[in-house]
Amino acid sequence: MLATERAGSRPGAHASQILTEADRLMTICNSCRYCEGLCAVFPAMEMRTSFRDGDLNYLANLCHSCGACYYDCQFSPPHEFDVNVPRVLAAVRADSYRAYAWPRALAPLFDRNGLAVSIIAALSVAVFIAGFVGWHDPKVLFGVHIGEGAFYRLMPHNAMVALFGGVFLFALVALALGLRNFWRDIAAPSASPIDFARAGHDAATLRYLDGGGAGCHNENEKPDDRRRVYHHATFYGFMLCFASTSVATLYHYALGRVAPYPWYDLPVLLGSLGGIGLLVGPAGLLMQKWARDEELRDEPRAGMDVAFLAMLFLTSLTGFALLFLRATPAMGTMLALHLGVVFALFLTMPYGKFVHGLYRYAALLRYARERRVMSEKS
Amino acid sequence: MGFAAKYDVLVVGGGNAALCAAIAARRAGASVLVLEAADKFYRGGNTRHTRNMRCAHDAATDTLSGPYPEEEFWDDLQRVTQGQTDEALARHMIARSKDMLAWMPEQGVRFQPSLGGTLSLGRTNSFFMGGGRAMLNALYRTAEALGVDIRYEAEVTSLDIEDGMFLSATFGTETVRAATLVAAAGGFESNIEWLKQYWGDAADNFLIRGTRNNRGTVLRMLLDSDVAEVGDPTQCHAVAIDARAPKFDGGIITRLDCVIFGIVVNKNAERFYDEGEDIWPKRYAIWGRLVAGQPDQIGYIVFDASVLNMFMPSLYPPIVGATIEELAGKLGLDPARLAQTVTTFNAAVRPGTFDDKILDDCRTEGIAPPKSHWARRIENAPFYAYPVRPGITFTYLGTRVTREARIVMRDGKPSANMYAAGEIMAGNVLGQGYAAGIGMTIGAVFGRIAGGEAARHARN
Ligand SMILES: Cc1cc2nc3c(=O)[nH]c(=O)nc-3n(C[C@H](O)[C@H](O)[C@H](O)COP(=O)(O)OP(=O)(O)OC[C@H]3O[C@@H](n4cnc5c(N)ncnc54)[C@H](O)[C@@H]3O)c2cc1C
Ligand code: SF4
Ligand code: SF4
Repeated sequence: MLATERAGSRPGAHASQILTEADRLMTICNSCRYCEGLCAVFPAMEMRTSFRDGDLNYLANLCHSCGACYYDCQFSPPHEFDVNVPRVLAAVRADSYRAYAWPRALAPLFDRNGLAVSIIAALSVAVFIAGFVGWHDPKVLFGVHIGEGAFYRLMPHNAMVALFGGVFLFALVALALGLRNFWRDIAAPSASPIDFARAGHDAATLRYLDGGGAGCHNENEKPDDRRRVYHHATFYGFMLCFASTSVATLYHYALGRVAPYPWYDLPVLLGSLGGIGLLVGPAGLLMQKWARDEELRDEPRAGMDVAFLAMLFLTSLTGFALLFLRATPAMGTMLALHLGVVFALFLTMPYGKFVHGLYRYAALLRYARERRVMSEKS
Repeated sequence: MGFAAKYDVLVVGGGNAALCAAIAARRAGASVLVLEAADKFYRGGNTRHTRNMRCAHDAATDTLSGPYPEEEFWDDLQRVTQGQTDEALARHMIARSKDMLAWMPEQGVRFQPSLGGTLSLGRTNSFFMGGGRAMLNALYRTAEALGVDIRYEAEVTSLDIEDGMFLSATFGTETVRAATLVAAAGGFESNIEWLKQYWGDAADNFLIRGTRNNRGTVLRMLLDSDVAEVGDPTQCHAVAIDARAPKFDGGIITRLDCVIFGIVVNKNAERFYDEGEDIWPKRYAIWGRLVAGQPDQIGYIVFDASVLNMFMPSLYPPIVGATIEELAGKLGLDPARLAQTVTTFNAAVRPGTFDDKILDDCRTEGIAPPKSHWARRIENAPFYAYPVRPGITFTYLGTRVTREARIVMRDGKPSANMYAAGEIMAGNVLGQGYAAGIGMTIGAVFGRIAGGEAARHARN
């Protein structure tokens, strides 16, 4: 009789082993609740008594991997209850990106994301170099071009717009449809403007990356704020670069001012500031990743994070190289490199770590609504 | 500092009481060594499993919903112990508990805003952000930063004590001398052999909710060195927990509190106590002892499908049967007997309005034992059961101490240089019964006092 069942395990069909494990953990946490002050995952979990796949994907995307609940848990390994919430939720989260990907046929890209991204990036760069050479004779590629429209001597502006506009649009559609799949599966009803604002605030401040106030745990039980700082650098760096591109587009179409712009002009200033963020942030996050306690890592799916961080870093690095070398014969090569990397970044965005930002925001939005409805009820 | 060297203060144990003592002593300028029997993961004994702490306070704070005056704390303590407490010492502890709400955060411990929920302790008790292990991690960080030496896997196996004067302690092959000793090594609840002295073979079937390291070795050595004892050795905090829980360290999540939704039978498939006698937490606190009194120390909470979703699912799924007989078979009970018990019970149920928040009017008539509240027929298949065993939280036998946390010798004189804090002296305050969060209060208040006093004594 009384054969010891694995604590927290419950019969019930889940799409994968890792979802079954997440269900087990959430069942344990629900009867414990010591971590309820640490982040949004636990209060959200407490609003449920059983967990569908969608619920687990929702909870997993609420988790910021701050690690606090691992070091604070009396049942984390080597305890036989084997409660490792950050690692299991990281795995569920990574799998959830694949599950919601659009089009479905491209979902397998997530499986070997690191490899896929490297190949796509290398190919894109090669295509740009070859394209430049094919377009003109090699002398143009290695020539010195300065002044207004210098870049477009290598590639006509319209071609550039068509290429990048196209891939950008594709990325947008793919991201939006993936997000819609996620939103439907977490059974999210409509949200009000105040929910959007709260979720926006929580996302922009990384409110839940602080283990309930002490900071993020990465290497050991001593918390600090480094991951948050590097993440901020990355996120705001990305946003600044995006702003830079937007301003440049405006310049081009509204003011008829053609790139490249002098170093003191807004697009270059925004881009440079953002670029610094995208050098420091991803490098810092990579360092934190390597220093991370092995127990917290989700090794099989880590390639995706590394690939995305590396792409952001390379985007910025090639951008700076272009900025510094644009008056030299290396300009053509640098431009091809930069455009290749950016192209690959756009193309792979819907199939890599980039989506975490969208899903996290959606989860925070769901949480903001859930909280508001709860408090209105009571 | 090498281990051959002599410390001002030696702290034995590694939980809340020990760390509070170590930090207080170090802050008072003493050199301090902490010897913890557990490894780094299991450091901090039962403190790892705690959630909150009860402190007196005169006004609401951002983590406490209202005032909890000293007098009210004292009333609560008197009620749960039914007067079995050392009044002077208890009142002293309550008075000193007030400072702890500021002192603990100064040591890095964080309290969380009480989220209310199922526990109505938001006014009286402060909840640790992230629970007891998070709180311990903070104390260890602080102690390390202050320069307290800490040794893990350092179980003290002998104490050299002469005429109430501590000289040295031995762990492994090392012996360490110190000017003072703070004993903060917990109770003896995980020492089954010792429990058997009072409970007989029944103790073999007890499950220990906390650490396997509180074997009472330090308490034993102290009592064997003419230290005065306090507390009833048979008294301990015991609740009914899932019988499938591990022998040690199942912690808080193995508890079950669904007795009011069904009936509880023993291995003979017979009811043995009024399942509807009282509300939580009194009910919670009595079932451990009740099950301990049954054959083979096992019980089964039996209920039906109509109530399955009325309480939180717990750690292990309930055992299920399409019929009472099938369920009995799975539990290893006599099917006919269990069916008979259920039929008899069902026949005795009188109609009423069910409300699990109050002592409602659903009761039985004409059976012994009765079910005085929440009685409803068990008739909707499938049928479910949770097996339960006594889960021991901690023991009350301990060392007698003074207000300065100084150990008292059997002849009534205070020891020259020995102090005690926490579970090892909880019996001074808790003669019986328990009020949530008081274990941490005893450890933190007396730990801090013991550390400060020991440092002062050592440096004189
Ligand atoms: C599941 C559970 C939940 C609880 N919840 C609460 C709560 O919410 N609030 C509350 O106030 N109380 C709670 N308690 C009670 C509380 O845990 C104890 O009162 C408290 O931990 C006692 O603290 P302590 O420092 O005296 O002992 P412990 O925390 O048990 O520490 C004793 C230490 O001594 C070490 N040790 C033992 N023998 C030796 C030796 N020979 N040499 C060296 N080291 C040794 C052990 O390894 C351990 O680290 C709970 C208990 C349990 C089991
Ligand atoms: S992670 Fe551990 S301590 Fe936190 S709620 Fe879950 S079981 Fe409890
Ligand atoms: S955000 Fe941090 S505390 Fe919350 S679940 Fe994730 S790792 Fe745990």
